[in-house]
Amino acid sequence: MTVREALNSALDEEMSADPSVFLMGEEVGEYQGAYKITKGLLDKYGPDRVLDTPITEAGFTGIGVGAAYQGLRPVVEFMTFNFSMQAIDHIINSAAKSNYMSAGQISVPIVFRGPNGAAAGVGAQHSQCYAAWYAHVPGLKVLTPYSAEDARGLLKAAIRDPDPVVFLENELLYGESFPIKAEVLDSSFSVPIGKAKIEREGKDVTITAFSKMVGYALQAAEILSKEGISAEVINLRSIRPLDRAAINASVRKTNRLVTVEEGFPQHGVGAEICMSVVEDSFEYLDAPVERIAGADVPMPYAANLERLAVPQVEDIVRAAKRACYRSS
Amino acid sequence: PPSAPVPRHRIPQIPLNPARASRASPAMAAAILRRLSPAAAQRAPPRLLPPTLARGVSDSTEPLTVETSVPFTSHIVDPPSRDVSTTPRELAAAFRDMALMRRAEIAADSLYKAKLIRGFCHLYDGQEAVAVGMEAAITRRDAIITAYRDHCLYLARGGDLVAAFAELMGRVDGCSRGKGGSMHFYKKDANFYGGHGIVGAQVPLGCGLAFAQRYRKEGTVTFDLYGDGAANQGQLFEALNMAALWKLPVILVCENNHYGMGTAEWKASKSPAYYKRGDYVPGLKV
Repeated sequence: MTVREALNSALDEEMSADPSVFLMGEEVGEYQGAYKITKGLLDKYGPDRVLDTPITEAGFTGIGVGAAYQGLRPVVEFMTFNFSMQAIDHIINSAAKSNYMSAGQISVPIVFRGPNGAAAGVGAQHSQCYAAWYAHVPGLKVLTPYSAEDARGLLKAAIRDPDPVVFLENELLYGESFPIKAEVLDSSFSVPIGKAKIEREGKDVTITAFSKMVGYALQAAEILSKEGISAEVINLRSIRPLDRAAINASVRKTNRLVTVEEGFPQHGVGAEICMSVVEDSFEYLDAPVERIAGADVPMPYAANLERLAVPQVEDIVRAAKRACYRSS
Repeated sequence: PPSAPVPRHRIPQIPLNPARASRASPAMAAAILRRLSPAAAQRAPPRLLPPTLARGVSDSTEPLTVETSVPFTSHIVDPPSRDVSTTPRELAAAFRDMALMRRAEIAADSLYKAKLIRGFCHLYDGQEAVAVGMEAAITRRDAIITAYRDHCLYLARGGDLVAAFAELMGRVDGCSRGKGGSMHFYKKDANFYGGHGIVGAQVPLGCGLAFAQRYRKEGTVTFDLYGDGAANQGQLFEALNMAALWKLPVILVCENNHYGMGTAEWKASKSPAYYKRGDYVPGLKV
């Protein structure tokens, strides 16, 4: 199943099961979705439940949050999360904080979803990763699926969740196909929020990653295994809440950690993971924590520069070797 | 071994000083103290006694027609009739509610100056007629949302006066259990959705409330209140466009007090005719 099919089927099934779920975003209806994630849903559910919006993120995000105050379950699509910055006041101040400020009277069962991070050649304003930004905020849940199983299960869990969820997809993963177990196809399938998945077990070094970087980390683990280093790859799945228990359990086993993310390094997800391990498992570390992140520069356009600005498999391999004191 | 627990800061509770509280009024202070003492949790809240008057106030329900003092001006819609039918009882109740709101806001002002209310305290004295008049025309199934000048809207929706003051003073008996403060009063069971601190944010939110009312075919409407300062916010026009496209049952109510924070209206707004700013949307100047 491709990630695209996984997302489309999850939306379809949740809309079918609960009439209060509706979709809103640019091109989600007649155009069948800017990336075809919402294909066929307008025909099936009609224009009252699949709404094409004007190009007005602040306005339609506010309308979605207001509808959620009244108990509807909107799924608001941002064509990319770069455009969510136009609406970020509503995501944070109107959605994330309302349950707390109202002492539980108002709950906001909304999902904000869309592609996040770098695509290919789209330039500086269309390539930023917002995982660290949204994960900073109490009151939000932030999910980062990698595989088709992740996409299907986490999106279903997000739609059923009574609180605001930021669902960060990746454009380059939409077309990628993954093998899935039969239970994933069941309409009640979901993946628990806040639990990471060990994609590959190992004993020498822990590599944490999310979204597209999980694939790169798995490739790096394969290369490392040929050089005698057994890497454990953790697919975080959930940036907020972060599965600190799983990360620390793994580091206590391997004693070495490499964090991988595509976004800018400063104040990023890797910094939080490192601190979590220092707080809970410092004595277990045999080497400093290594951080692999995107370059600290707005994303360049030229293909060779773009390649240098995002992590590559070789970077993860090199970092793992440094953590194992085997760099050449 | 696991690391030591991170020490948590204890936010000191401001002690309730009866001498300072009584600057509001002795009856009010007594009511607040009784309400907020531990023993008060066992008792029902005290009823504030009605004032004794030199002559009685009519509570007749005989219909009465009043002509509004100023005619309505309208934009792409016929203005309503200036004749409003009401009863003496309704008018007396409206006056009592407005007078209560006025006294409450002045008391809040005194508490704020005494530093018993912290942070922000945006007062509604002078605007009471908007809240009270609106309530007379709608039901509790209709929704109201406003910005941070929300104390009286909360009261008009049936909010508890002492819970409002407890919230302003950061107490657990407050309507948001002390977690919201002046700008975050809500009463979901009366369809009052707050209480929003970001200027203009409540406008798209209110259009969203109306969206849900239409989605569920409830036949109710949303009153979406904002000020002359928020009238210039881009998100208002974004939301208004979608409200018009999707025929949402929302009424955007501009409460024009001629100042946006400290800036006079004529310095902030090129066009002060807010009722016309909807362009393709009908408007009424009240």
